[in-house]
Amino acid sequence: MKRFIGFVKKEFYHIFRDRRSLFILFGMPIAQILLFGFAITNEINNVDIAILDHSNDATTKEIINKIAASKYFSIQQIITHEADIPSVFEKGQIKAVLNFENDFSKNLINNHKATLQIVTDATDPNTANTISNYVNAILQQYQTELNKGITTPYQIVSQTRMVYNPELKSVYMFVPGVMTIILMLVSAMMTSISITKEKELGTMEILLVSPINPFQVIIGKVVPYIFLSVINAIVIVLLSIFIFHMPVQGSLFLLALESVLFIVSALALGILISTISKSQQTAMMISLMGLMLPVILLSGFIFPISSMPVPLQIISNIIPAKWFIIIIKGIMLKGVGLQYIWKETLILLAMTIFFIALSVKKYKIRLE
Amino acid sequence: MRTILYIIQKEFKQIFRNKGMLPIIFVLPVLQLIILSNAATFEVKNIKFGYIDSDHTSTSRALVEKFNASEYFNVLTDYPSKSNASAEMLLGNVDVVLHIPQYFERDLQKEKYINLGVTINAIDGAAAGVENVYVTQVLQRFNHHLKADLLQVSDQEIQPVNINAIPLFWYNETLNYKTFMVPGILVLLVTMITLFLSGMNIVREKEIGTLEQINVTPIKKSQFIIGKLFPFWVIGMGLLTIGLLLAKVIFQVPMVGSLALLYVYTSIYILVILGIGLFISNFTDTQQQAMFIAWFFTVIFILMSGLFTPIESMPKWAQIVTEFNPIRYFVEVMRMVMLKGSGFVDILPHILKTLLYAIVMNGLAVWRYKKTT
Repeated sequence: MKRFIGFVKKEFYHIFRDRRSLFILFGMPIAQILLFGFAITNEINNVDIAILDHSNDATTKEIINKIAASKYFSIQQIITHEADIPSVFEKGQIKAVLNFENDFSKNLINNHKATLQIVTDATDPNTANTISNYVNAILQQYQTELNKGITTPYQIVSQTRMVYNPELKSVYMFVPGVMTIILMLVSAMMTSISITKEKELGTMEILLVSPINPFQVIIGKVVPYIFLSVINAIVIVLLSIFIFHMPVQGSLFLLALESVLFIVSALALGILISTISKSQQTAMMISLMGLMLPVILLSGFIFPISSMPVPLQIISNIIPAKWFIIIIKGIMLKGVGLQYIWKETLILLAMTIFFIALSVKKYKIRLE
Repeated sequence: MRTILYIIQKEFKQIFRNKGMLPIIFVLPVLQLIILSNAATFEVKNIKFGYIDSDHTSTSRALVEKFNASEYFNVLTDYPSKSNASAEMLLGNVDVVLHIPQYFERDLQKEKYINLGVTINAIDGAAAGVENVYVTQVLQRFNHHLKADLLQVSDQEIQPVNINAIPLFWYNETLNYKTFMVPGILVLLVTMITLFLSGMNIVREKEIGTLEQINVTPIKKSQFIIGKLFPFWVIGMGLLTIGLLLAKVIFQVPMVGSLALLYVYTSIYILVILGIGLFISNFTDTQQQAMFIAWFFTVIFILMSGLFTPIESMPKWAQIVTEFNPIRYFVEVMRMVMLKGSGFVDILPHILKTLLYAIVMNGLAVWRYKKTT
């Protein structure tokens, strides 16, 4: 035990001697969470659009004014010919062209019907779809104004209650995701080179002839990083509460415990990478190239998992980040206790044990 | 010139000798492109839908049936009570709950107007908005059907005006997300591989101690750097080629514009990334530091590139920050050229900015690189 404590102390010294790395380690996540928390949103605002008004009458003017007044759109260009639409899109700036038919007003009065084309640049399907929904909503409202006094019978109308995030703030969606990505990658990257570094610099032999056993070596390497990552997690949680006003509806204590569990699982994954790779470069590339995109794309951070094809939904289960995101959203936004997230917790725990067991098994007692 | 060739030869040998790295450089990105492109969709489907039917009449059943028939909803359960439904929502088992009150059918006949409660899990605000639209659509269709069934002659009134809005989705009529995401993810993979490899390269020699050996040779600074970076440039272009082929063959992503233009742009773009990698290499002492910094910038570049979330929606200051994001330009160029067929003149501003970026980054990197330690 005394030997083991000595070993842990040595590891601590190693880490704290490297001031530059420490600065990077703590400074970067803070900068990232601030940047992302403020900048990233999948709401759509100020989309640049163009108008093609063949009719140019009172009604179309009124509609255009309504669209200009909404916060979703900013009218950048007025074009006069249908043939100009492709070149407008090819420049890239304009995302939609509203094309009003000839005699819009006249048709509306005589036939009770007028047509407007919403031509969108659908290379971005999400923006295109949202634009056409928003234009539709504005038109719908305008029609209701026009149709005032005419009642349509047999109407079922929905009254929607948005729960957990009534203002539909996208920061509630992104902050937990960014927290997860930062903790996951920083933790895994830190430990992924811990053993390979010893191999590469030749100090591994010394470790091997020492009387501490492989299990102790691995635990001894992880302990100082748990300490560092916990500090990181605390800073991130404080930022998300005080700067982004994320609520913590549930227990802060539970949040802390779950975060430690997640951190340990990421550190263990890093150790596993470290035991199987030969050089620091390989280890880094595995933890960066191998983890970054899957964690961003398959964890439910940005894209809803339920919309993915079934095989990918199954694959997403092996991403620890997915479970942690469910857990933090549960605790922070829904205010649930352990009885609602025990399954996710258990899965994370099982993964952690699996990573540690596999690393101990893979950790070679002999050099080749 | 001969010296550079020798260095290039040496670097290539070093890269290809490391058998552990080869799959990471070539197989990992390809796998990710194929697999992850399927994950990136904002489409909202398979919505977990539950309801509380306190009425149990033919009308309430018909309404639920309408939701069942819609392709967006996965109708799950008839919950016995509100508290039961909210518990299920807390567990994450259901995302939209429709509440049909008692006497729904009777009141509808009598009042001809009814308000139904819908509860939506709004943690993902964007998805919640879409779910709300879908619910309204189903209800509207049901209203139509009701009117046809129940309307009496006396109910006929003045015809309301109707503005018919026809959405036309250009360049991607089926709103296929893969067409949108594959070029973007390809950009990320090319960028990550070239940045990480170049960022670690020189600092690795520093850490192992071989850099000093090179410093005492008569090799010129510029020769050394060109020799070092050229292999990564080749790897980047190679990855682009493999990726474009996969995009075409597996994902049927259209290639409307000029392939040559895309290659010209990419060849300049990779220079920017290599310059950044070299700069990071100069500034750090260990591979770990280099990787942390590379990671820091990559995450920022990715999330602020407009690839996943639109740049127009960002606050003004963040939009200015994206001006310095090389990935942003690459993503835009890829989508413009491949999907819309934008020409040289359309992307000229992007080319010029990227070229300027390349000159500045490489200039800084070479200037910072010292042959003495």
